[in-house]
Amino acid sequence: MTQTDGAPKPRRNIELLLLLLALAVGISANALVGVDQEKAFDTDFWFQSSLLAVAALGFHVVLRIRAKYADPVILPLVVALNGLGLAMIHRLDGPDDDTGNNQLRWTLIAMAVAIAVIWFLKDHRVLRRFTYISLAVSALLLVLPLIPGISAGEILGARVWIRLGPLTFQPGEIAKITLAIFFAGYLSSNRDLILLAGRKIGPLQFPRFKDMGPMITAWLVSIGVLIFQRDLGSSVLFFGLFIVMIYVATSRISWVVIGVGLLLGGGFVASNVFSHVGLRINGWLNAFTDEVYGRTFGGSYQIVEGLFGMASGGLVGTGLGQGRPNMVPFANSDMIIASFGEELGLFGLFAIVMMFLLLFTRGFRAALGTRDAFGKLLACGLSFAIALQCFVVIGGVTRLIPLTGLTTPFLAAGGSSLLANWIIVGLLLMISHAARGPVDTTPLPPGTETDNRQAVPAIPGQPMSPAPRRNPQIRTDTQTEAVRQL
Amino acid sequence: MNDVSDLTITVLRFGFLLLLWVLIFSIVAAMRRDLMIGKKAATGVPTARQMRRNPNLAEAAPSPVKQQARQLVVTEGPLKGRTIPLAASPILLGRAQEATLVLEDDYASGRHARLFPQGSRWFIEDLGSTNGTYLADQQLTRALPVEIGVPVRIGKTVIELRP
Repeated sequence: MTQTDGAPKPRRNIELLLLLLALAVGISANALVGVDQEKAFDTDFWFQSSLLAVAALGFHVVLRIRAKYADPVILPLVVALNGLGLAMIHRLDGPDDDTGNNQLRWTLIAMAVAIAVIWFLKDHRVLRRFTYISLAVSALLLVLPLIPGISAGEILGARVWIRLGPLTFQPGEIAKITLAIFFAGYLSSNRDLILLAGRKIGPLQFPRFKDMGPMITAWLVSIGVLIFQRDLGSSVLFFGLFIVMIYVATSRISWVVIGVGLLLGGGFVASNVFSHVGLRINGWLNAFTDEVYGRTFGGSYQIVEGLFGMASGGLVGTGLGQGRPNMVPFANSDMIIASFGEELGLFGLFAIVMMFLLLFTRGFRAALGTRDAFGKLLACGLSFAIALQCFVVIGGVTRLIPLTGLTTPFLAAGGSSLLANWIIVGLLLMISHAARGPVDTTPLPPGTETDNRQAVPAIPGQPMSPAPRRNPQIRTDTQTEAVRQL
Repeated sequence: MNDVSDLTITVLRFGFLLLLWVLIFSIVAAMRRDLMIGKKAATGVPTARQMRRNPNLAEAAPSPVKQQARQLVVTEGPLKGRTIPLAASPILLGRAQEATLVLEDDYASGRHARLFPQGSRWFIEDLGSTNGTYLADQQLTRALPVEIGVPVRIGKTVIELRP
């Protein structure tokens, strides 16, 4: 335990090893689901497995070239989860369903997009320049499903889909990434203002409205649009993202107190005002009464069937392909956790939860390690988004909290969610590359100044031009406030 | 259940659960090294406990031999405790996001100072900052060599080179 060498190691070989193990998990799951149904080793199986393996290894090679120091654990974890999801969706497909292949197509698209992000973005700090653009993009993405021409109408009680030719897409999934970029960019430049300026009321300090304005409007727009779209899960996700990022930026516990208070208050109001929210909460509290169970709209049939499924799975499960998880409505998307609980049992379900936990900790490790405030906030926000999604879905399926329509990252059937989560993985890998790699000195290559915003000669001994202040007005403002505080 | 016996299925079922956990434990084993955040942040000087455990460390530590600076440590200010390994390339210090060490310090300029290696020594140079850079309480007017353990003050942040 006396390793004092500080030299960073790429550790890509360990990643390759773990990746092969992860692929073994995904592919053997896919083989097991059909082991007694004559579809174990058919052409479909070989086709799917080889495509997944090629894509995962391709991703690994890209990391070797472009992000040598990226976290070696993230990719194997995600590939294992995605492989498990593919196998379960494939297993739940009826004779003429094609969800499994569709999911595989989306997996390949999503991995290609994540590779493109790593290949072309190179440095996550570039994203900081798009702070306000990403706010505009988030607003646009959230409003899209309400626009008549593109909207796919109301599907399953929510207006969150848009139609692009033959495909339907959920733009809200991408909006969570752009919103995280906006929050990170805004908070990393205005953190001091929010912290120092403002008046104190009792033990809590409230920032000035002028500093919080963009945050509040971003929040109101996202929540407001989601109310019109009747998408409860996404509202919770955006609200949680907002609270966590501002808490991480300012380290004031009062934000969490206010946030949880608002969430409970908002939930109470929503359950009384909107019938669908009220029905959800009733279905959660009184799941096992006859009246609620048999209700055609907003009943607890789905949750209770899921619970029965998990109960029949017991400790070690019925075995992949041996249970009957398809009794539950939406067994391959919203309730996929219940399907895994039935066929892999408590041991398998814990393994899946553990994988999500490890992924989340790696995201936070990248945030701790990276040196710029923007990267820290972005990594925190993105990994928290994954964690919160898992909590809301798994909590909903196990009846810890009311069931809301969010997708299980990487497992559930659905292209938009898969795409968004793979992009998040790409960004996390890039941030971890910056965090773990040797100190990046690209900003100051002598002579060749690539950063054309501030041209400062970098040759020692020569007279220097004064370092220009990025935003003089705000800066002087902060300084006086800071002096007053001291 | 035609050609596959129940026994095979049971074996495969448990085998798969085992494989899942093998994956998880290998991942945890792979990140074991990384979890030691405190270890990395600690300075090169061995702690009292480490000296007690192997006494030869205590003798080796205060060697008067001129040592090469291997890391930069923030000893005061908002980023206190942060270390950066020194490579052979220059380091930009300042509040700007493109700086190598991003100082979250209101008294630092965007591009405040630059630390660069020349020969076997490191030099510090002020980049025209508003509040100046101080090497051992002396304001910099030109690039000066930084010895190990000599404090460099930038705004409210103090950094030091360590072996």
